[in-house]
Amino acid sequence: MELVCPAGTPASLRAAVEAGADVVYCGFRDATNARNFPGLNFSRPELADAVTFAHRHGVHVYLACNTYPQAGCEDIWHKAVDDAVAIGVDAVILADIGLLRYARDKHPDARLHLSVQASASNEEAIRFYHREFGVRRVVLPRVLSLEEIRMLNRRISVETEVFAFGGMCVMAEGRCSLSSYATGESPNMNGVCSPAAHVHYEERGDSTVSRLGNFTINVYGNDEKVGYPTLCKGRFRAMDKAGYLFEEPTSLDVTAILPELADAGVTALKIEGRQRGKAYITQVVGAFRASLDRIANGQTGTRSNLAALSEGQADTTGAYRRSWQ
Amino acid sequence: MTKSRLVMGPILFHWDENRKKDFYARIADEIDVDTVHVGEVVCAKRMPFFDKHLPDIIERLQNAGKEVVFSTLALVMNEREIAQLREIAEMPNLLIEANDISSIGLLSGRPHVVGPYINTYNESTLDYLISRGAHRVSLPWELPMSSIEALCNARKTAEIEVQIFGRVPLAISARCYSARAHGLHKDGCRYVCGEALDGMDVETLDHTPFLAVNGLQTLSSHYLELSTAVDDLKDAGVTAFRISPHTLDMVRVANLYRRLIDGETSSDEVRQSLLEMQNDLAFADGFLHSLPGADLRETLGSRAE
Repeated sequence: MELVCPAGTPASLRAAVEAGADVVYCGFRDATNARNFPGLNFSRPELADAVTFAHRHGVHVYLACNTYPQAGCEDIWHKAVDDAVAIGVDAVILADIGLLRYARDKHPDARLHLSVQASASNEEAIRFYHREFGVRRVVLPRVLSLEEIRMLNRRISVETEVFAFGGMCVMAEGRCSLSSYATGESPNMNGVCSPAAHVHYEERGDSTVSRLGNFTINVYGNDEKVGYPTLCKGRFRAMDKAGYLFEEPTSLDVTAILPELADAGVTALKIEGRQRGKAYITQVVGAFRASLDRIANGQTGTRSNLAALSEGQADTTGAYRRSWQ
Repeated sequence: MTKSRLVMGPILFHWDENRKKDFYARIADEIDVDTVHVGEVVCAKRMPFFDKHLPDIIERLQNAGKEVVFSTLALVMNEREIAQLREIAEMPNLLIEANDISSIGLLSGRPHVVGPYINTYNESTLDYLISRGAHRVSLPWELPMSSIEALCNARKTAEIEVQIFGRVPLAISARCYSARAHGLHKDGCRYVCGEALDGMDVETLDHTPFLAVNGLQTLSSHYLELSTAVDDLKDAGVTAFRISPHTLDMVRVANLYRRLIDGETSSDEVRQSLLEMQNDLAFADGFLHSLPGADLRETLGSRAE
């Protein structure tokens, strides 16, 4: 399986290449990609240098242009696709139908991948994107079980890429407006979820309160580690009980089921985290490289040593195991 | 100017058979809506409870002069659900609402409605969907007025629809949060989502109303209420206005909005009447005004003459 790794900066990209990535994915420094965070992402010249560097090491570069172009401003997204193709990236990752059609018409030879933000969760949807826009690979939404992925791969002709490690949306990606409900900014329109500019922490007696916009997302006792208030990982009250209604603050880690994913016909593994630093990238990419090499050599029994890097120091195989649902 | 279309959206919640049958009977007999949606949008597990009644209900609504639209699932995850979609797509004499891209593929060439769960954010996407046979497009809830205006300018022959009343669907998941809140999994859910007729209230730890859980779906706690914006939406080119079913008297709600979009009542009267029906209703209109969706910019009386 191909190892697809994140890079939010040129330094992270070099770290990923050196740690054993097969592919590095990145985005331009604007709202055209789903990690539109301050201080992150690539200028055009930076991307050109990155592609030269990666290609010299036999590593591919994908450009994520996976937010939904705003009505009236589509030219910003068109330019991003044009520039990425001109720079010579190996694939462009897109979500929006209008943008897919633009890329297909303007750059018929470009390799197009379907972003997880398009939420193509079944064979008909995937066939549609393949037939209409020539999409060659689909990044599967994190709603499918291992068995559903296996069945899907038997019935479609395009490659599938699945999330392997890092932050995990519990909602279907690209179909979620929770962030904009609380803050006015969303993954689809602004490339951000639960953005830092709307985060506040308050001390209340012995507790620390984390807030997003006008809403309390969690309250931590002094014996608890304070986390970032990602909306769907918050503690809320329903039916007179307080708890993690949607999901605990956990991260995805598929190390334990790598052989099963390979057996299910998955082409590529994606590590989440373009917002992460260089050291994190080195460690996670290195660990996955080692696990994949062990499998390639016929060794079984992969286990992760990455728990310390996980959100809340807890990991999950998420929807891949049916019982999660 | 063409008459605006009033649309009753699909029932999002897992109401029992009698409640649903009664609801559609009253719509057929008592409400001046132009279009009525039937069909399950949220969870395929709910379908067997009501599918058997749909042919009769569709016929009754059509005989009452309503346009009937069959809404389909927002999240399609397996072959069984695809097979159900194929069956629906082959039903004759019925408009289908696509809510997942898979249905756009299956409905191609046949006139259909594009639902608000499809990501229609810009002119190119709208243009593509119209070229595939969309004759009405219901826009995603988070779009601001500027996007709605731009999309209306690009709509060609298609109608543009906007929801103006009811809790806002904010997310859909493979995981069932109603089941999870009851300590259950989706596969053994005991249909506990049916206990919360307008969704299970979710508060912050400070007891601020925040969200509402409806099985796989998460909605806003506040009710979208865009009566103050209806004139601006009409000016922009919106011709269809959706209201979403809740337990409050939807006959009264529909008649209020009918009078509003026909210019026979004011937004203040709409708000006051809604509060008379349920005095703890909290309203929101933030998305339209480029604010957090939970915000309310146009408060009661702010547009009074």
